[in-house]
Amino acid sequence: MPYTKPLPRPDALAAPFWAAARQSRLLLQHCPACGDMRFPPSPVCPNCLADGQDWIEASGQGTLESWIDMHRAYWDGYKDDLPYRVCLVRLREGPLLVSNLVDRTDDLRLGLPVKVVFDAVTEDVTLPKFTLA
Amino acid sequence: MVHLHELKNKVAVIGVGNTRYGNFPETDDYGLAAQAFRAAVDDCGIDKNRIDGLLVSRIPYYARMGEILGLNPRWTITLPAHGRMSGMGVIEAAAAIAAGLCNYAVLLYANIGRSRRVNYGGDEAPGTWDPWGFTSPGAAHALAFRRHMELYGTTTRQLAEVSVAIRYHAGLNPDAVMRTPITIEDHENARFITAPLRLLDYCLINDGAVCLILTSRDRAKDFKKPPVLISGFGGQDTYSPSSIANFDIDFWHPALSAAGRQAYEMAGVTHTDVDALMCYDNFSPTVLFSLEGLGFCGRGESGGFVADGALRLGNRLPVNTDGGHLSNAYMQGWALNVEAVRQLRGDCGARQVPDCEVVQYVQATPCTRSIIYTRG
Repeated sequence: MPYTKPLPRPDALAAPFWAAARQSRLLLQHCPACGDMRFPPSPVCPNCLADGQDWIEASGQGTLESWIDMHRAYWDGYKDDLPYRVCLVRLREGPLLVSNLVDRTDDLRLGLPVKVVFDAVTEDVTLPKFTLA
Repeated sequence: MVHLHELKNKVAVIGVGNTRYGNFPETDDYGLAAQAFRAAVDDCGIDKNRIDGLLVSRIPYYARMGEILGLNPRWTITLPAHGRMSGMGVIEAAAAIAAGLCNYAVLLYANIGRSRRVNYGGDEAPGTWDPWGFTSPGAAHALAFRRHMELYGTTTRQLAEVSVAIRYHAGLNPDAVMRTPITIEDHENARFITAPLRLLDYCLINDGAVCLILTSRDRAKDFKKPPVLISGFGGQDTYSPSSIANFDIDFWHPALSAAGRQAYEMAGVTHTDVDALMCYDNFSPTVLFSLEGLGFCGRGESGGFVADGALRLGNRLPVNTDGGHLSNAYMQGWALNVEAVRQLRGDCGARQVPDCEVVQYVQATPCTRSIIYTRG
């Protein structure tokens, strides 16, 4: 079965993130000058404007900051998955990530600890997702 | 340098106009904008050749618009399609008039989203989080409202009060698209689009166009209708996280507080002076966020504030007396600014706010703006 959901668009800046995800590692872009961290990556540090941004491996641990259940398929590839769950996670390192919470339970609350899991959706693309820790 | 407060009451709205709202595949954005322009010109009786400023939003090409309307202004500006541009456009035009860049500015907005089947999500609006299926402004507002529920105990029944009150107002507006009254139960039984938000939390998608004509207070006396003054305004942008579009983890509270404070101080009014609030309601939670951010109630208290029909005409604070985006028309803030003008003129018939003297417009968006209009 071909994968019919949207895939990351080719993006030189974010290429290290996706390469690491294929190896089950979660990276954050990092500023060697001031320590700021983020995803999506930026061509300069938004905090200090330094060039030369690098990447560091994140712990993969964070907290649940919100979640929703999508009942409409804006892409045909989601039609059979409705409703599917999207979450907002605050990583222990600070940045916010939008992702999917793989758990189906409705027993959720803000601040629950979550941890990253890796879903190899195609040969080339692995999506970092989250599960209750 | 001009201090912002010196612009208080320096610029007035003299003409407003709009098309019908609905599904008009036989025309396009230029055709709709031309209708709205003609209505605004008729409204104030201006000789269109005196218009020397042109601001367009969600219209493809300003020069084609000028050609169609027979305008050759000395000030032109194009704003993108985003609804947040409405408040920004009024403020930019007021500043341009105050600076002498133009004397008579026409502001035009058109939307053909209904007839062209715009979805506001998916491949139409590519974003960072598409691979996780996170798309559409509605999903972003659902993400924010879930947080509000969890942090403050706000319920969807409380949220329903927003949609129910605004639909009630639409029922008083013969031009509104959705006029059938709804109840809290109707809201609770509507289908989910993005849980916790349901169909009745979402704005309409319709075609239409809106026009405002602004000039200086001195010039505003010579027209058919009494001028409505721009007495105060304020702004605060929140560009992180722009990659999570249409979302702020603090419900834009800091931005709303800052923009509201600027507007109140400039106009010399407070919350208790506001006779009606025109609140950008692309999704019902923004009304709750706006009430808290502007200080009509404390943080987390908006669910209680809106209970028992508080936002209905005749009650605590009439909000979106034309039916807003939720039930009148998705004119992305522009029609709400027109409604502010009509309320202050006393032109609103069954939905008229009695003794209306101060109307506030607010948009809780990444570009948060508030404008205070008063009777001229």
